[in-house]
Amino acid sequence: MIIGTITNGIVIDHIPAGKGMEIFRYLDLEHVEYEVALIKNAVSEKMGKKDILKISEVIDLNYEMLGYIDPNITVNIIKNGERVQKIRPQLPETITNVIKCKNPRCITSSEPELKHIFKLTDREKGVYRCLYCDSFAK
Amino acid sequence: MRSVIDIVDLTAAEIDGLIATAEDIIANPAKYSEKCRGKKLATLFFEPSTRTRLSFEAAMYELGGNVLGFASADSSSATKGETVPDTVRVVGCYADIIAMRHPKEGAPLAASMYSPVPIINAGDGGHSHPTQTLADLLTIKREKGRLSDLTVGFCGDLKFGRTVHSLVKALLRYEGIKLVFISPDELRVPDYIRDELESAGADWLETASLEQAMPELDILYMTRVQKERFFNEADYIRLKDSYILTADKMALGKSDMCVLHPLPRVNEIPMEIDEDSRACYFKQVKNGKYMRMALILKLLEVE
Repeated sequence: MIIGTITNGIVIDHIPAGKGMEIFRYLDLEHVEYEVALIKNAVSEKMGKKDILKISEVIDLNYEMLGYIDPNITVNIIKNGERVQKIRPQLPETITNVIKCKNPRCITSSEPELKHIFKLTDREKGVYRCLYCDSFAK
Repeated sequence: MRSVIDIVDLTAAEIDGLIATAEDIIANPAKYSEKCRGKKLATLFFEPSTRTRLSFEAAMYELGGNVLGFASADSSSATKGETVPDTVRVVGCYADIIAMRHPKEGAPLAASMYSPVPIINAGDGGHSHPTQTLADLLTIKREKGRLSDLTVGFCGDLKFGRTVHSLVKALLRYEGIKLVFISPDELRVPDYIRDELESAGADWLETASLEQAMPELDILYMTRVQKERFFNEADYIRLKDSYILTADKMALGKSDMCVLHPLPRVNEIPMEIDEDSRACYFKQVKNGKYMRMALILKLLEVE
């Protein structure tokens, strides 16, 4: 399957297969006016299968969220048909309002206006815990 | 401005300093009786408490300060839907320091993000209870003469026992500590505490048998199975009598073992054990007041 290249915009590559839609939804791309292509299960030498997201606008991205989904994701910024920047999001030290704490005893369960903050407690295993109650991110 | 939400907010050296201050208060109470003149402590207790609230209040009075606050969520604006951040922003206009207990885990941390004055976590749900840990550490220091090279057994509700979680985290910073967790399967220490134990390379084991663990313990930390932490009453009833510290079991312990309990107890330590010289839980209560005095002085930066 061939999807055309983009002249100006962002290509989010090396998304683990099946996670593309999660990013699509998180970036709220459903109702935008510009062109967006989500390629699922593209063949990848390195990953076997991967998802790719092509967005024909340079929009603000939440690198915390991308790094949390998978630190191997790459973000390519395209200008005038050329890649001008390649960014590899890292696992962030903290993630804010990306995921919610599921612990019914956590203060965030009864005060929804509080920010949902998770801290990285094991970089090797990518483990995050709720800043408030220490529950593991699920 | 500093708050104390978790016991590790204080370094081991700072805890040593608090112990030294507390011991000086015990030796020279008159020296401290005017230290907080003109200062106010607010005790915001969204969950019932006898010991901790009265201990904080007694601590502030003995420092010459004043106290205001409420003893249950029912008598606060929480019943009108006021949030924790708003409550502390308001109370911070009246008081110099706040001690907060809340049934929800992390509520004092949320408060500290918005409060104009220091927050002391006086217990948040089943999560942590750093000032109880200060009481525990002073008691261990006074009874055993050291905070290192100890085998410490924790018995009962280790899942929701916030005093256990805080004390474990504190003890992991001392040398030669062995931890023995004695509980039914359903009330074992939570995953995040296991994670801390593994990261610290701690020497620890789990068992369901108090009798087997008893002979090697220097400290036995008993806990109550807490009815208020269960969503399901049937589970509480099934587990509430898991461990009762009888005289027969005490006979298996070392002659200089020290029995601690954060109190209140229900039936896990029968009154007959109170006569045993190894029962230190009422000394622990008194020590709690001195450590809270030391902590208030530190956070208010009173010399």
